[in-house]
Amino acid sequence: MAFNSFADFIAMGGYGFYVWLAYGISFLCLIILIFNTLAKRKKIFRVVTQRIAREERINKAKKMEGTL
Amino acid sequence: MWKWLHPYAKPERSYQLAGKLLPWFIVLTIITFSAGLVWGLLFSPADYQQGDSFRIIYIHVPAAMMAMAAYSSMAIAAFVALVWQIRLAEMTVAATAPVGAVFTFIALFTGAAWGKPMWGAWWVWDARLTSELILLFVYLGIIALYNAFSDKLLAGRAASILTLVGVINLPIIHYSVVWWNTLHQGATISKFAKPSMAPEMLWPLLIMILAFAALLGALTLMRFRNEILTRESHRPWVRQLIQHNMNITENY
Repeated sequence: MAFNSFADFIAMGGYGFYVWLAYGISFLCLIILIFNTLAKRKKIFRVVTQRIAREERINKAKKMEGTL
Repeated sequence: MWKWLHPYAKPERSYQLAGKLLPWFIVLTIITFSAGLVWGLLFSPADYQQGDSFRIIYIHVPAAMMAMAAYSSMAIAAFVALVWQIRLAEMTVAATAPVGAVFTFIALFTGAAWGKPMWGAWWVWDARLTSELILLFVYLGIIALYNAFSDKLLAGRAASILTLVGVINLPIIHYSVVWWNTLHQGATISKFAKPSMAPEMLWPLLIMILAFAALLGALTLMRFRNEILTRESHRPWVRQLIQHNMNITENY
């Protein structure tokens, strides 16, 4: 272990601000990228499901037209 | 080999293959990130000159290396896409670009946060930093160009051409520390020479490089799958797959 206490670890030998800034922003960026990727997948699923539902409604309506 | 490789030019097969590989990449990413971060932040000794600020290396170097690796793979894919007209190769270009752009930004940002305490400046217009900034702009250009066309066939071709044009920047980044007098230090790890780094600092760095490589792989596979689904969304197999998945989630 390179540090004697938790406070030492946070202080990073006086460079705490720079080290944690670098690590913090990096992981924030990676987390945003991961969520963006997952959100895109969800959106595609939603759009395609909606499109299928819409086509089914149109088909149903077409069938009804003949009966009226 | 072509017989074996050929089915993967079909989007459905590629989608399934990517899905099979993805869990392995995710597991490797989680293991290497946890091991590398704990070792690098807690156990590796402080540098005799730079103190604990050198710990930024564990994200700076892997992010920079993988940003360039991502670009190299994009360039190969772009070449394949243009020469053999393979649409899936265009999709890998589109899938990799955002990951590469984020990695480049991380390399630049962590470099700035390291430069401030060590060089006394967040930013200098030095050859390495400037060429890396150009890499970020090239990435953003590729992403913007791909999104600018609603016709994805055209978009893929345009983005592939821009990717190949941008390749010129890769050797410039790599050799910038050799060709010009720069503030940035030279390569620490080289294929040919013994690394100029103590093993207890080098090992966590190598693990973190593997971690970023695995993350690059995982995110690219995920985005590649998204890209296939988007561009093939009118095909029956995509509709079946999505309907099937939606039914599963509804039942739970």
